[in-house]
Amino acid sequence: MAVIRDMIPAFDLFQPTSIEDAIDLLDQYGDDSWVFAGGMDSFDWMKDRIKRPTAVVDLGNIPELKGITSSDDGLEIGAMTTLTEVASNSDVTSRFGLLSQAAGLVATPQIRNQGTLGGNLSQDTRCWYYRAGWPCYRAGGNICYASAPLAMNREHCIFGADRCVAVNPSDTATALIALDAKMVVHSSKGEREVDAEDYFIGPGIDITRMTVLETGDILTTIRIPGTWAGAQFYFEKVEDRKSWDFALVSVASALVVNNGRIERARIAVNGVAPYPMRLDAVEAAVTGKPQNEETAEAAGDIAIRGASPLRHNDYKLPLMKNLVRRALREQAP
Amino acid sequence: MATIGQDIAPPDLVAKVTGRAKFAEDFRAEGMVFAKLLLSPMPHARVRRVDASEALAMPGVLGILRAEEVPQVDAPREACLTDEPLYEGEPVLAIAAVDETTAADAIDRIKVDFEPLPFVLDPLESLRPNGPDARIGGNYFFRPRGSDIAEFRSHKWTDADFAAAGEGQMPMGEPRTEWSVGDLDAGFDQADLVLDETIVHQTLSHHPMEPRSCMAYWQNGKLYIHPSTQSTARTAVGIARSMDLDPDDVVLIGPYCGGGFGSKISGSPTMLIPAVMSRKIGRPVMMRINRYEETYIGRSRPGFQARVKIGFRNDGRVTALDLYIVEDGGAYGSGDFNTAGTVASLSYQPLAMRLRGVSLYTNTPPRSAQRGPGGAQIVGMLEPIIDKAARQLGIDRVAIRELNAPDNNGWLGPQQGRLTSAYVREALAMGKEIFGWEEKSRLSGQRNGTKAIGVGVGLSPFVGGSTGYDGLVVIRPDGKLYVHQGIGNLGTHSMADTARAAADVLGLPWDRVEVVWGDTSKHLPWSSNQSGSQTIHAHTRANHAAGIDARRKLQQIAALDWGGSPGDYVVGGGRVYHRSNRNQGMTFGRAARRAIQLRGKFSGYEMDDDLNAMTVASVQALAGQGLIGAAKDNYGREGSTWTFVVGFALVELDVETGQVDIKEYTAVADCGTVIHPRSLAAQIHGGGVQGFGIARSQRWVYDPQWGVAFAKRFYTARPPGILDVPLEMKWGAVGIPDPQTPVGAKGIGEPPVGAGSAAITSAIADALGGQCLCRTPLTLDVILAALEGREQPYGPLETHV
Repeated sequence: MAVIRDMIPAFDLFQPTSIEDAIDLLDQYGDDSWVFAGGMDSFDWMKDRIKRPTAVVDLGNIPELKGITSSDDGLEIGAMTTLTEVASNSDVTSRFGLLSQAAGLVATPQIRNQGTLGGNLSQDTRCWYYRAGWPCYRAGGNICYASAPLAMNREHCIFGADRCVAVNPSDTATALIALDAKMVVHSSKGEREVDAEDYFIGPGIDITRMTVLETGDILTTIRIPGTWAGAQFYFEKVEDRKSWDFALVSVASALVVNNGRIERARIAVNGVAPYPMRLDAVEAAVTGKPQNEETAEAAGDIAIRGASPLRHNDYKLPLMKNLVRRALREQAP
Repeated sequence: MATIGQDIAPPDLVAKVTGRAKFAEDFRAEGMVFAKLLLSPMPHARVRRVDASEALAMPGVLGILRAEEVPQVDAPREACLTDEPLYEGEPVLAIAAVDETTAADAIDRIKVDFEPLPFVLDPLESLRPNGPDARIGGNYFFRPRGSDIAEFRSHKWTDADFAAAGEGQMPMGEPRTEWSVGDLDAGFDQADLVLDETIVHQTLSHHPMEPRSCMAYWQNGKLYIHPSTQSTARTAVGIARSMDLDPDDVVLIGPYCGGGFGSKISGSPTMLIPAVMSRKIGRPVMMRINRYEETYIGRSRPGFQARVKIGFRNDGRVTALDLYIVEDGGAYGSGDFNTAGTVASLSYQPLAMRLRGVSLYTNTPPRSAQRGPGGAQIVGMLEPIIDKAARQLGIDRVAIRELNAPDNNGWLGPQQGRLTSAYVREALAMGKEIFGWEEKSRLSGQRNGTKAIGVGVGLSPFVGGSTGYDGLVVIRPDGKLYVHQGIGNLGTHSMADTARAAADVLGLPWDRVEVVWGDTSKHLPWSSNQSGSQTIHAHTRANHAAGIDARRKLQQIAALDWGGSPGDYVVGGGRVYHRSNRNQGMTFGRAARRAIQLRGKFSGYEMDDDLNAMTVASVQALAGQGLIGAAKDNYGREGSTWTFVVGFALVELDVETGQVDIKEYTAVADCGTVIHPRSLAAQIHGGGVQGFGIARSQRWVYDPQWGVAFAKRFYTARPPGILDVPLEMKWGAVGIPDPQTPVGAKGIGEPPVGAGSAAITSAIADALGGQCLCRTPLTLDVILAALEGREQPYGPLETHV
């Protein structure tokens, strides 16, 4: 059969007004259903006619999925809250500036107005072999085109390759891991809470998914505890252009520093593995150390231990190393 | 007050900013249906069999169009559909249906049996002794002048040629084209410094905002067509020729075009598809091209793999320039490398020069002119090498350009052609002043944290005008001047701005001038293509000539009615009157009515016999409607017209990430008389930004094993976004009129691109302490590998990455 792209085939659109109705629809249509948030990832798949759901469940009319509220000492953010709101909300900017920075660097103002936090976290990888509809492992096939000897894999991973070498494209994922956020997932079985770093899964767990979400699941809320409110934050996204681009490597860190000494640290990077990577070894190595260039240097070296570049992405090693160093320096450059 | 030199909003502005402007896909016709394309999934294949039975049986599907049904062309040219696709994405067939969804679903259901054929993406691979050829039969088309031979042949180099090149150096076997000027050996003998560099310039898609959509229908034997095209009159003539129609039977309506950059000069091959489909199914057919399709069929700038050896005297004078370019001609060929050689000769005026080149077919999308074709590539690559020499010789980088730049006695190309004017030193001086070169160049290499400052300069010449077209103006009884324009409306404002030449000759304020454009049923004159930076030159001349013709007729009518000789009368303010008595005269409106009464040459019943047939037909159609001025541009010109733009940039390079931030940009043009300052600024800056993309970010990526493209969406192809552009960009114009054209203006569309690209490649090399990476785009991975002393992400000659 011939291939045609950039032309959305017809589908049934459902616009439920409650989480319960949305879950009922997902259960009813099963694998033919598609959870639709802002559409910034979904439309690409549909336009290219590669993913062809027959029942699209648009979460845009469910009021309880939108908005930012204070809870205990932290925040609760509805998964359908736009990235623009996350980037500009005063509770977020004043206490969890790491997340507002990350959200504010996603794509473009138009995409941030339409795209949601939940969508940004749950989006699929941008590996161009996979997204071109090639029958790779992730698409259910039995080959990875991106790691072939002559493949174009400048954007691909240096860690965590497991048949698949794609990377997670989310800008907000690292910020939420650094903030120790919890993801609230609803399904017909009820509600469950998942640590941000466990929300993202690698190909070793399930090569066809980027997150724990399975058919019938909806990410409803992102809970940010107060643990890291007002900490010393650093976020940086390195991309080829300053807008409408995915990170080649991004870094997010939260540090609590007392008298020049790092008391607590959480740090995560993206663009280097099929999942956003929390750097436990770096966190362990810097905790208790003075915040200085020596500590930063050592952290950078530790961060890239075990990295394994592909043909065209060796540059990600020094890039990741340098970004981790920056994330630990007192003064951002 | 003269209109030339003033900022005057063009007449299409309000429609554009309010959204009322109709572009190709906005047109509608009664009963209109939609066409979709089936594109080749393979880089080279033969269609063995098509089974469209299931598709054609679908409700709402109206027909199919196959390659054998469309206008046929001789090899090696491109037809609008093919059964031997030569690149992934080449259109194979089209389906028409009542709506696009149905048409797309029908394409889904067509079974095509493709026989894969050998393919090649990299011309250097095709040059290897047993390397693959892009076409069945060869990698170039052999058609010597004055011979009947016309066939594909294979051009190969020997193993020894490849072995002779040093590690990572460009091999240089037998060229297909060669020219030289002066004694090259003597030139290198005189040199105190010789640089020898291998350079790679990436192929780049055009990415106009408006894809090449087209709607067409037939009425009473006439084809009505709404393509997305840069040119109007010339595109209509081309369509008539392709469709084997009388030019009168083609009505082209396209008053707006959302950018082309050389990719839509006379429309596109695919615009014939709705025309032929419409004739076949008897319904108006709209074919909307989406971004995915546009990247395949939307043309591209050919990449170069090249080697350059340049000799310099101690004072910086270029004594010898030896340039060898292998050009990626894509599926249907290109000749940018010739222009690149000419531009190099012009920029540096070497005492001796040689150009050798090979342009070969590859199984990648078609190439075409892209804003400064050949020129933008070569200046972006050579300018940092000139910097390298300046640094080694201890000469200021602007000074070395001043030393080598052409003046009015400059030469270019193998025939050592002459120029109408060149005020490059004046442009460099003005640019230094506006940019603040003396002070900024002292910042070179300074560090601010992890940011290293780089300062760059680039000189970019490009051809700036043609001659010999027709102007056509009508003064109607309403007293207004109607300037008929056969050029297109690419967004450059030249369709309005060139009309000013006629207005000023007639002393008419702009509010009394109507521009007639964008619709061939409105009787347009024979015009240049809207390309090659020709129009401001060609059509200020043609409209000047037509204005003079109208003025002469006004004077004659006044003399007839009021006595005396025509020379006693002058025009101004919408009247023609006696030079010694303002009351002895008449308004333009009255003169127009008199012209209609007088008939003959006054109102278009007679005309000059040197007008083009298209202009003749238009004058005949307009005859009797007013006083008609129609004339061919017979103004003389010796030599060719070239424009020069110098760009200056200050960048910050982050040594920990390789990211480059353009902080300041200034460009100054030697483009003769300034017609429209605001529009000129838009061209200088817009072209500069396009150059930033070439230098920094814009990509064209192919999987070499499968021969398929990946950078086919904006977000993967990465043309610059608004945040990649400095907040403030400055510009200037030398403003010295070109002495060989009546208005003094030279074209400006193209040379700003090379200036933007070269200023950035130069500034990046400067920030790297003078290290020229000799590759575009200079993405951060390439820069970071150099900074960290790691292996480069791509081989030195690797292309399509």
